Amino acid sequence: MSQNTFTRVEDSPTGKKLAGPVGWLDDRLGLAAAGKKNLRKVFPEHWSFMLGEIALWSFVVLLLTGVFLTLWFDPSMAEVEYTGSYAPLYGIDMSAAYASTLDISFDIRGGLLMRQIHHWAALLFVAAMIVHMLRVFFTGAYRKPREINWMIGVGLLALGMVEGFAGYSLPDDLLSGTGLRFVDGLIRSIPLVGSYLEFFIFGGEFPGEIIIPRLYMAHILLIPAILLGLIGAHMLLLVYHKHTQWPGAGRTNENVVGYPMLPVYMAKAGGFFFIVFGFLALMGALIQINPVWAYGPYNPSEVTAGSQPDWYMGLSEGLVRLMPPLETTWFNRTWTWSVFLPGVGGLGVLFTSLALWPFIERWITGDTREHHLLERPRNAPVRTALGAAGITAYVVGLIAGGNDIIALKFGLDIFAITWVLRFGLFIFPVIAFIVTKRICISLQRKDNETLTHGWETGVIDRSPDGGYAERHAPLPDTAAYALTGSRERLPELEAETVHKSDAYGVRNPDYRKQSFRQKMRKFYYDGSVDKPTSHDMDHASEHLAGGGEHPVVLGDDFQGVSETGVPRVH
Amino acid sequence: MALLALLALALLLTGAAYATVAPETATAESASSVSEVEAGRQLFVVGCASCHGLNAQGITTAGDEDEAGNYGPSLIGVGAAAVGFQMETGRMPMAQTAPQAPRKHVEYTQDEINQIAAYVASLAPGPARPSDEELNWQSVDKEGISEGGEFFRTNCTACHNSVGAGGALPSGRYAPTLKGVDAIHIYEAMLTGPQQMPVFSDEVLTPEDKRNIIAYVKTVQQQGNDGGLGGGGLGPVADGLFIWLIGIGGLVGFSVWIGMHGTRSKKR
Repeated sequence: MSQNTFTRVEDSPTGKKLAGPVGWLDDRLGLAAAGKKNLRKVFPEHWSFMLGEIALWSFVVLLLTGVFLTLWFDPSMAEVEYTGSYAPLYGIDMSAAYASTLDISFDIRGGLLMRQIHHWAALLFVAAMIVHMLRVFFTGAYRKPREINWMIGVGLLALGMVEGFAGYSLPDDLLSGTGLRFVDGLIRSIPLVGSYLEFFIFGGEFPGEIIIPRLYMAHILLIPAILLGLIGAHMLLLVYHKHTQWPGAGRTNENVVGYPMLPVYMAKAGGFFFIVFGFLALMGALIQINPVWAYGPYNPSEVTAGSQPDWYMGLSEGLVRLMPPLETTWFNRTWTWSVFLPGVGGLGVLFTSLALWPFIERWITGDTREHHLLERPRNAPVRTALGAAGITAYVVGLIAGGNDIIALKFGLDIFAITWVLRFGLFIFPVIAFIVTKRICISLQRKDNETLTHGWETGVIDRSPDGGYAERHAPLPDTAAYALTGSRERLPELEAETVHKSDAYGVRNPDYRKQSFRQKMRKFYYDGSVDKPTSHDMDHASEHLAGGGEHPVVLGDDFQGVSETGVPRVH
Repeated sequence: MALLALLALALLLTGAAYATVAPETATAESASSVSEVEAGRQLFVVGCASCHGLNAQGITTAGDEDEAGNYGPSLIGVGAAAVGFQMETGRMPMAQTAPQAPRKHVEYTQDEINQIAAYVASLAPGPARPSDEELNWQSVDKEGISEGGEFFRTNCTACHNSVGAGGALPSGRYAPTLKGVDAIHIYEAMLTGPQQMPVFSDEVLTPEDKRNIIAYVKTVQQQGNDGGLGGGGLGPVADGLFIWLIGIGGLVGFSVWIGMHGTRSKKR
C-alpha cells in the first residue's frame, strides 16, 4: 500500500459487518444527517479552552461517585447509637445520617475513597468553573452573541456553590452542622422575613429534624437536575454560537479554524476526562479530606476551633468576619446589619455584578457588533484591571475566612490580620486596578513597537565608529494580524461631547444619563493605546526596508538567531 | 602580661572562695522535704522572683485601679501541678514578655523543678501533681474513650480543635496543639488552667473524666490517618489550598500539554 491510499470505511471488513446495524439505527434515528454535520464540527485549539472541560468532567465524576454514595447514605436525623468499627465514637448517640457516613468511611469497601473523590471533585468543580469564567471574562468571550451563555454560566456557578454546600451539610458531623448554623444565621439576618424563612426551611427552630432529608432531596435531585439542564443549554449554545478563537492566520470573525470533533476532539476531550478522573482519584486516595469521624456528631452546643466552610463559601465567611458590628434601632426594633450586609449582601453584589457585566460594558462601549475573535486582556485595560481588582477583593475575603488558621500557623495576631484586611478589602483592589491597568497599557505599547519597529533578530551590527545596534526584522504578516486582528480602533471621545442644551437653547432631556455614560466611556478607554494606523505601518516598513546602513540584508526566510548567535535557518 | 596573670589569679581565688562559701544544691534523693523546699526557694529567688516577687506574692505594675496589671502573678496557692506544667513544658521561665508563653526548651533539671514545685506547694494548699493511677489512660476501655470524646468536644474543641491541632485566640494568643503533649501535662493544664485556659477542677471534671479525655486525645492522635495525607487537622482551609495548587494547577498543566499537541494528520 502506498503512502497516500486508504480504504474507505464502508469497504473495510469491519465496515461491512457494521453496515447492517448502523443502517438499522439510521433508518430509525436519522443519525447520519445529524452526525454528518456535528461530528465534523470544528473547534479551535487553545489550552485555555479546556478549563471549562475540567468543570464538566469533574461534574461527571461527581455524578458517578455520588450514585455510589446514595446506595449507603441514610438521610435521616433519627437518633441511633453508633456501634460501627470506629472505636473512639463507640456507643455515642448520633443521627442516622452521621452513622451511615461513618459506615461508608469505615465499613463499606471503597466507601472512604468514593467519599474523598466526591469531595475533591466538588471542590474542583467550583474552582474549575471560576477559572473558566475568568478566562471568558479576561478575553471578552461573553460579548455579543454570548451574553445569555455567560448568564447561564453565572447561574451554574451560583448553583454549584449551593449544591456543594448542601453536600457539605449532609453528613451531620460537628463541622457540617456548624456550617449549617452559619447559613441559618444568614437566613435569619434577612430583615423582616428572616425568622419566618428559617422556620419555613428548617420546619421549626434550628436544627429541627427535617433539614437533612430536605437538603438531601435538593442535593441529589433538584439541584443536579437544574445543573444538568443548564449544562446542556450551555453546551448547546456553545455549539450554536461556535467557539470563539484567538486571532491568527486565516482566522476571522466569520470562520472557525481548528480541528473537527471526530476524531480529534473526541480523543482529546475523552482523554482529558480520564486525566481529570485520574487526578481526582489520586487526590482521593492520597490526601485526606473532611475526616468526619474526627469532628464527632453535630451538637448545637459544641464547636471546634478551625471551623471553616469549603473554600467556595470562604468569601462570605470572610466578609462576615471582617464586618464591624453595626445595628440600628428603627420603630423600636433592633435591626442588625453585621451578618446581612457581608453575608447575604456580599454574595448578592458578586453575582449581580457578574451577571450584569456584559450589559454594563456594552452600555459603556456602545458596541453592538458580534464578536467571535477573542480580545487579548491587554487590549481592554480597564476590563482586565477591573477583573484583577475583583480577584483581589475575592482573595481578601478568602484570606479573612481563614484568618484563625493563618494566625495560628504564622504566629500572627488575629485582630491585626482582621484590621489589615478590613482596610485591604477597599485598598488592595484599587492598587491591583492601577497596577494591572498600567501593565496592560505597557503591553499595548510593546505590541505597537513590535508592529512598527519589527522584532528583535538577535543580530548585532557594529558600525564603523564602534557603536552596536540590534537589527530588527519586519513582523511576518500572520504575526502582525494576530496582534491586531481583534483590536478595534478606539472611539474619538473628544468628538462626543454631550451638551446640556442644543444651539436653540432646547434642553437636552437625557443630559444626565448621557453625560454619565460619557464619563464612564472616558474611564473605560482612559490611557488605552490605539493600534498603529496604516500610515504608521507604511512609514515603519519604509524604515525597516531601507537597509542602507546594514551591510548584509536579511533574507525573507530569516528566522532569527539561536542563543549561540547562529541563524536558525541557513 | 603580668597584669593579665594577676587578673586570672584573682578570678581563680574568687571562684574558689565562692565555691566553699556558697550553699550546695540539694538533690532529691539526699534531701529531706524541708531542705527540698529550701533548695526550691533558693532556685526561686534566683530564677523566678524577678517577675513573681521574692515571696512568690506576684508583682503588680503601677497605675490606677483599672490600668494596674500583673507583671508576674502571685503563685501562692497555685500548687505543684502548676509548676510542673509550666516548667516541664519550658513555658517558664519566659524568654521575653509576649502575649503568651510559648512551649520551648526546658531550662531546669527535673530535680530542680521538683524542688521549686515543693517550695511553691509549701506556700499554701493547691493542686498537687497527679498520681500515676490518675494518668493511666492506657487502661481506659472503649466506653471510657468515647465518653472522654464527649467531654473533649463539649469542653475543649472550641479552642484546641477536634483533633487537638490547636486554634487561634484574640490578640496573638492561641490554644496550643495537643500533639506530643505528655498525659501529665494535659492533666495539669486542665487542673490549673494555665494562661488563657479555664480551670477544670476535680469538681467540674472528675479525675476519671480527665483520664478519659486524655485517653480520647491520645487514641485519636495515635490512630492511623485514615484517608491519606492529612491537612494537619486544619480542615477545609488546607483542602482549599490543595485543590487550587494540585487540582487546578496540575490540570491546567495538562490542558497546556494537550493544547500544545495538534494532530498527526500525516499517515506514517
